[in-house]
Amino acid sequence: MKNKTALLFLIIALSALLLGVFFGLFASLQYIIPDFLKELVPFNKMRPFHVTTVISWIVLCATGSIYFFITKEEGFKLFSYRLFKTHFILFVLTGIGIYVSFLTGKMEGREYLAYTPILTIPIVIGWILFGINYFKTLSKNIKNWPVYYWMWGTGIVFMIYHLCEAHFWMIPSFRSHFIKDISVQWKSYGSFVGSWNMLVYGIAIYLMSKIKKDSTLAYGKTVFFFYFLGLTNLMFGWAHHTYIIPTQPWIRYVAYAISMTEWVVLAHIIYSWIKTLSNEDKKKYCMVYKFLRAADFWVFLNIILALLFSIPVINFFTHGTHITVAHSMGTTIGINTTILLAAVFFIVQKSLPNYKIDTLFIKRSYKAFNVSLFFFFCALLVAGVKKSNWMYFTKEVHFSEMQDSLYYVYIAFFVFGLSLVFSIISLATVLLKALLKAVK
Amino acid sequence: MKTRTTKYNVLVILLLLMTFIIYNISVYTGNPYKQPVKLSETALQGQLLWQKNNCWSCHQIYGLGGYLGPDLTNIYSNPNKGAGYIKAFLNSGVKSMPKFDFSESQKEAVVSYLKHIDSTGFYPNFEAKFKPNGWVELKYKDEK
Repeated sequence: MKNKTALLFLIIALSALLLGVFFGLFASLQYIIPDFLKELVPFNKMRPFHVTTVISWIVLCATGSIYFFITKEEGFKLFSYRLFKTHFILFVLTGIGIYVSFLTGKMEGREYLAYTPILTIPIVIGWILFGINYFKTLSKNIKNWPVYYWMWGTGIVFMIYHLCEAHFWMIPSFRSHFIKDISVQWKSYGSFVGSWNMLVYGIAIYLMSKIKKDSTLAYGKTVFFFYFLGLTNLMFGWAHHTYIIPTQPWIRYVAYAISMTEWVVLAHIIYSWIKTLSNEDKKKYCMVYKFLRAADFWVFLNIILALLFSIPVINFFTHGTHITVAHSMGTTIGINTTILLAAVFFIVQKSLPNYKIDTLFIKRSYKAFNVSLFFFFCALLVAGVKKSNWMYFTKEVHFSEMQDSLYYVYIAFFVFGLSLVFSIISLATVLLKALLKAVK
Repeated sequence: MKTRTTKYNVLVILLLLMTFIIYNISVYTGNPYKQPVKLSETALQGQLLWQKNNCWSCHQIYGLGGYLGPDLTNIYSNPNKGAGYIKAFLNSGVKSMPKFDFSESQKEAVVSYLKHIDSTGFYPNFEAKFKPNGWVELKYKDEK
């Protein structure tokens, strides 16, 4: 099996998931015990560990899955296996570099990309190598691309651009104008998420067409409409993050006009697919199907929230509150992680057809995952509503008093977070074991 | 040979890319609103200290950042807070906020950065006006 590097990407990704949720849990403890290890690992040091590690999970798992699909599942001869290995080694070494940067306190970067900015260079080089390998391989092998190939290609190209854009603050003319600086910073973050969504949603459509053994699913007009709508959102739909910043009103008008429409179409595609899937397919790819169905549920839940706060007057009250966190947790865990776990289950099934997985244990963990995430999500919504009420409808109440009033909500947030972590550990360790067996 | 669908897709992407390039140029080169005030050297040092110490992990500016601490957009002009309050908190710490061992010039730099941010607008924007179509008209700092 030539593409063991793809499996190594997935092993590193699952390890990042385990590490990332642990960091998150540890950091969340400080909401209920503020003095807990404050001097040793304060929240401002712990949060970058959590954020960077979970972003790595999404990006590495998507990358490994795409490499696997094009080489193993589609059987295309990769343009260069040397580039593939170089990409992997570069990402692993950069990952180590990022942790060294965090441990030594060299964090001159910004939110989400807190590590020392020089480390962005090897990350960008890694994406360029991925892009070269991807486009060269596909252009040689296939003429009429299904939608997921377009989505992955777009994701790679925009990932490179927005990673660079996220560092425009290093240019003095950006850094010295605060409003422009903060707007471009959040523009890049919004589109950065849009770029990885292209990779992850492309994986969802790929899995659906493979399970159903129906390639027309990836060539239809609806999916291409969805793709172009998603691309438009990636390019111009970022400004709902910054409605409240005094930028030019036209930037906010553009975002208002196009924001959040893409999910309607994605939900439609998954829903139609589930409706038309045969029971035999559902049984054969039981876990893949279950996780994609869960993703559908989370798409619907987040769509309501997202549609609501893409309306500026509602955004006005939800912005800066935990409602935004509920949305980002709902999308990164509920949508991205469930799709990626479905992809890893599919890959395990393809790599080790006779490998026996404890289905009952997985089903229980799956249930625990969704139930915990639902209550975790609700706890954040309650905290968000209470904070918004404090911001706009109370007077003379200090921030610390508001935080103290949220104590029991934070306990619920921590308890459901803990349960979520246990369910993720259960799922990830089963998959890790299988992947380790596959690479032996 | 590329198929007709592929050519159509490439055309749509090229059109979107062209719009994206024009849009980006406008965002990067246009003035945010009115004439922006440039950050002074001291404020830029404060910005760097803000980043190096991950202040954004806990604090927000315009509601963007962390949730453990309060938003600091208008802390400088708050009649009950201001420069002295900021400096006192930096080296004493509180609850989950660690103590920062900043020199006087470093504290000045952070205050200067927050003073500059304060001059750019309001958050929360209590005097914003809501329109029946769902739009919010923000109150700008230098508006009468």
